[in-house]
Amino acid sequence: MTVSVESRASKQAKKVALWLATFLLMLVMCLPGLWVVLSAFRPNREILAKPPVWVPEDLTLDNFGKIFGFGAEQVGIPVGSYFTNSLVIALTSTVIALIIGVAGGYSFARYRFRFKGGIFLGLMLFRAVPGIALSLPVFMMWSKLGLVDTKMGLIIVYVSLNVPFTIWLIDGFFRQIPQALSEAAQVDGCTRWQAFWKIEFPLAKSGIAAAGVFAFLTSWNEFALASQLTRSTDSKTLPVGLLDFTAQFTIDWAGMCAMAVIIIIPALILTFIVQKHLIAGLTFGGVKG
Amino acid sequence: MADITLEKVVKKYGAVGVVHGIDLTIAHEEFVVLVGPSGCGKSTTLRMIAGLEDITGGLVRIGGKVVNDLPPRQRNISMVFQNYALYPHMNVRDNLGFGLKIAGQSPEEITRRVAEAADILGLAPLLDRTPAELSGGQRQRVAMGRAIVRNPDAFLFDEPLSNLDAKLRGQMRAEIKKLHQKVKTTVVYVTHDQVEAMTLADRIVVMKDGHIEQVGTPMEVFNHPLTTFVATFIGSPPMNLLPGHIDGATVRLADGTGVPVPDRLREFVRDGMAVLLGIRPDDISPVGHGLSQDGPGAEVALTVDLAEPLGMESLIYTRLAGQEVQAKLYGPRIVAPGEVLTFRLALDRAHLFDAASGKSVRAV
Repeated sequence: MTVSVESRASKQAKKVALWLATFLLMLVMCLPGLWVVLSAFRPNREILAKPPVWVPEDLTLDNFGKIFGFGAEQVGIPVGSYFTNSLVIALTSTVIALIIGVAGGYSFARYRFRFKGGIFLGLMLFRAVPGIALSLPVFMMWSKLGLVDTKMGLIIVYVSLNVPFTIWLIDGFFRQIPQALSEAAQVDGCTRWQAFWKIEFPLAKSGIAAAGVFAFLTSWNEFALASQLTRSTDSKTLPVGLLDFTAQFTIDWAGMCAMAVIIIIPALILTFIVQKHLIAGLTFGGVKG
Repeated sequence: MADITLEKVVKKYGAVGVVHGIDLTIAHEEFVVLVGPSGCGKSTTLRMIAGLEDITGGLVRIGGKVVNDLPPRQRNISMVFQNYALYPHMNVRDNLGFGLKIAGQSPEEITRRVAEAADILGLAPLLDRTPAELSGGQRQRVAMGRAIVRNPDAFLFDEPLSNLDAKLRGQMRAEIKKLHQKVKTTVVYVTHDQVEAMTLADRIVVMKDGHIEQVGTPMEVFNHPLTTFVATFIGSPPMNLLPGHIDGATVRLADGTGVPVPDRLREFVRDGMAVLLGIRPDDISPVGHGLSQDGPGAEVALTVDLAEPLGMESLIYTRLAGQEVQAKLYGPRIVAPGEVLTFRLALDRAHLFDAASGKSVRAV
């Protein structure tokens, strides 16, 4: 009896310790984000106060008004254009990366061809090269081709950054779908193409969604390459636009944080919408023929 | 409804040959089982009939028409896969109706035929479930339902029962047999289980290393195996094979023991020939505990090494001519290790194989 009571107590203690550890870890991870969100709703004076004001005293939407060009005070930053640029570039590059990723992933999973291993390894190695290391050669090429400061220029860069990853991830998902399913569909009267669209594609949907989210977030958040390859409102994206808040002598922390929130929100919404797929995608092994 | 013919069918992966030119004719409405150990090319042969593997050489005909270059969908066959291959994202109804839908049948026709197939296989209460919600046996039945619903020329089964437990396997075996009696269609069935082959087949095709060893009815293959491979593969426990040579009218075994050459085989042997005497455990029994007590036989006294009681019969391990042999004792009788019993060899059912080629002396 005493043994079971003791073990129950120790189990309880373990649970508490686990919760505490999780809480601390989440605190460390979330605090900067939380601070950014809080700062977006506070006046500059409170952000810069010394000693710091931990609990906000007055919350305001002025910072958002400021950057969107309404309200009393305004900053001359074209957030709307940046937002549109970011959206167009991220969505387009994601769609293209997914199309190539699905085609490539399916080929790697299902077909045998020459140099298959080498090509796959090459893709993975390319992925391992830090993007910033490529920025100078890319800049030189793009300037020759007239692609600097164009949306197209960034879209091409992001597609090539994302394709190895989408191929790798989607290949894994197609590999987990038994080949017999496609064969059964072909015996049932499908062409290979129909079997793909009616059977294999719907089953890999979760994985494709997961790949899409990761590709979108990479493009949406990318700063290093975008800061080199964009100049004007024609192509500047939100992360690059954040720099506009730094002037020679001042930094508009409040405005910057407000804009950061605007960058975060679509990413959060997207992740939230597809989270069901993401989880299903990560536990795909449950589907057996 | 159709017959299937294979003519010198060859399958190679690169330089590696898997099927080495097999000839086989499967009659209309016949149930043919391809059986053999793994790697014998039986599944590859089936997949070539289905159109899921390219045919390297030779011809495959279904209903008289050469189908070598036709994709699976144009061969009008259906197939049941080892892992069932049910579409996980569709319920049973849609799984059954998928092929009809692809073929562009009207919704009423699909509903009617799905209901008909569900009725035959007892799937009606399961139509709205997804494959994940079904037991192994139910999935197997859905896979069969998907095969019959399209009313194909032939059914192809690729080890359909190997994922089921022993009890269910027995039940499903009977269901497949009943299904074939109800829906008369040509069936090609692949298995590595000789019991399935014996119980289901109209004709058995025993394969080994990409060759056909023997084709025949289950009883032909069991009673007249053409090679030692067939002799040991079909029948359980396997046939005992004892090396020896022909000495006049006697088979002289390794230790000098003489066993008379069975009358019906006498014309096929010549003096001095090296042979293997094949005799099934059922045909070596203690006197008074065997299957047949009349007909020609030879009696030897043997020491029991081990006895495995199975209820109405016991499997006995003993030594004959210096080699371990298995014997059967019919009737509930306790046997102790070390006991010496007089065993009777039923020679009318014994076999002789040429020691060099492994072929039956009748076929050499």
